[in-house]
Amino acid sequence: MRPILMKGHERPLTFLKYNRDGDLLFSCAKDHTPTVWFADNGERLGTYRGHNGAVWSCDVSRDSMRLITGSADQTVKLWNVQTGAQLYTFNFGSPARSVDFSVGDKLAVITTDPFMELTSAIHVKRIARDPTEQTEESELVIKGPQGRINRAVWGPLNRTIVSAGEDAVIRIWDSETGKLLREADKESGHKKTITSLTKSADGSHFLTGSLDKSAKLWDTRSLTLIKTYVTERPVNAVAMSPLLDHVVLGGGQDASAVTTTDHRAGKFEAKFFDKILQEEIGGVKGHFGPINALAFNPDGKSFSSGGEDGYVRLHHFDPDYFNIKI
Amino acid sequence: MYGVVHFTTGSLNMPIDKSDPNPNQSKASKFRWGELEEDDNLDFLLPPKEVIGTDENGIKKVIEYKFNDEGNKVKITTTTRVRKLAKARLNRRAVERRNWEKFGDAVHEYVGSRLTMVSTEEIILERPRAPGMKAEEIKVPGDSLAQLSKGGAVLMVCRTCGKKGDHWTSKCPYKDLAAPVETFVDKPVASEASVAASGSGKGAYGPPSMRAGAERTAGSDMRRRNDENSVRVTNLSEDTREPDLLELFRPFGAVTRVYVAMDQKTGTSRGFGFVNFVNREDAQRAINKLNGYGYDNLILRVKWATPRAN
Repeated sequence: MRPILMKGHERPLTFLKYNRDGDLLFSCAKDHTPTVWFADNGERLGTYRGHNGAVWSCDVSRDSMRLITGSADQTVKLWNVQTGAQLYTFNFGSPARSVDFSVGDKLAVITTDPFMELTSAIHVKRIARDPTEQTEESELVIKGPQGRINRAVWGPLNRTIVSAGEDAVIRIWDSETGKLLREADKESGHKKTITSLTKSADGSHFLTGSLDKSAKLWDTRSLTLIKTYVTERPVNAVAMSPLLDHVVLGGGQDASAVTTTDHRAGKFEAKFFDKILQEEIGGVKGHFGPINALAFNPDGKSFSSGGEDGYVRLHHFDPDYFNIKI
Repeated sequence: MYGVVHFTTGSLNMPIDKSDPNPNQSKASKFRWGELEEDDNLDFLLPPKEVIGTDENGIKKVIEYKFNDEGNKVKITTTTRVRKLAKARLNRRAVERRNWEKFGDAVHEYVGSRLTMVSTEEIILERPRAPGMKAEEIKVPGDSLAQLSKGGAVLMVCRTCGKKGDHWTSKCPYKDLAAPVETFVDKPVASEASVAASGSGKGAYGPPSMRAGAERTAGSDMRRRNDENSVRVTNLSEDTREPDLLELFRPFGAVTRVYVAMDQKTGTSRGFGFVNFVNREDAQRAINKLNGYGYDNLILRVKWATPRAN
């Protein structure tokens, strides 16, 4: 395949997200400006100007009208996707790391980093249909995990919130009361910081990637470990194909170690694994730096990867990808 | 009778066959030398542009004729491959979004902005190699060594378990019995040096050559680096010459220089020589594989050229 290279960001990429229809791709990077691209040919549509810090993650509403972004400048902003206008700003006491719309886009879960005396926290905010009626107040604030919470997402039917972070433990919280419902088993769980988490298309299972060079597949309701995928590199980003039983892991070494070792151009790869057999299917090389973000198009026929090199690479699969057999 | 200016045919592509002047003749008669200025547009004399549309491989040819700077008629054939970008079947809303106006930094986008480019390289989903083969091994040394082994009586000595004739050291099934001698030639030295740097605190800056796992090749220029990657070969047979060493060591990587010490009086080899590699890793692999290798009835000794080896 011929990947489409999009160099819109000056700094490393942090997050990629497709909209529900699969025609728009939102990219967040450390350069303060989330960007939206057309997902078929990679043409840039626009940028959202307003943040003063690295943008760590974003989410888009199902109708592709609203974008929510979480940034290191301690704010979470709501944007009009079409015009790029800022609709609302939530202020926090510490950098915001992960944002996720609920099913129905009425609520959003936001995590904030530990900062000075503040511990990390998970906030649930109500999102008003009309941005002028938006309020700052939180529906729920959950505190408890030590260290950064790298990702928090809604569970099935918005009843639960799944969080994962630096303490390597996945937790499931009740979204109404904030009570801790389940914790992942320490023996079989990750051993190092969990960097990324992605849900399956139907929400029944999710995949976490960690710096311990593995990714694990979990059941959302019972939090039992289903599968483990082992790589040679710390995992920074994970994605699951909505069409085939494939998982993709992206990672790399620490940036400081990169220059001291063999630096053949474009050797950082996104590794494909068979979801059920846990075996490696192959890798797609091309990035010049560790891969920090991965996303599959909801139609499963293309995927994109964002790297430390500032490039977003959009890959449309060749027909023989769909015929791969182990 | 033409009454027409004769053009010498151009340098590009095919020469124009001038033997059919009839189409031009009617135009030619209106055409007078005296009235002609240097840069008059003589395009009407040229055959029209042809477009041979996209064939089944996606190749499109456009044949144009023009005048080059010397006034020669030239035929220019442009061959392009037309690639179809994957088109998603978009729903109604997506089609509407396609027509949205650009905003933010994209407002002033100009056509040549090159923010979005199709990769020039074809990237494939590389399947992993079959189990039993190391990913780092290049196929070539494996193949040529296999060929060499078929040639004569070769002893496959494994240094880990001492078993002969079964497997090479790197494929030793008993690898955990003895720790590898030197996985990274530089590591012992580099790690001592980097203790100070890493000891000062996680996240403290250490220059690349002092970081853990750093290879010491940083900083030397090409020539000196070659001499650092010099390998000494001893216990060579009398008739071994430079080309033999080159043939033996080349499968491991690029070799810049081979030298065999010769006895001037007898014209035979003095039994030793040197091979300079471009890459240190290739030299290391050559040492690993060929030390103890049987060549021309003698067991070769291959090691780093200077005991320093860094």
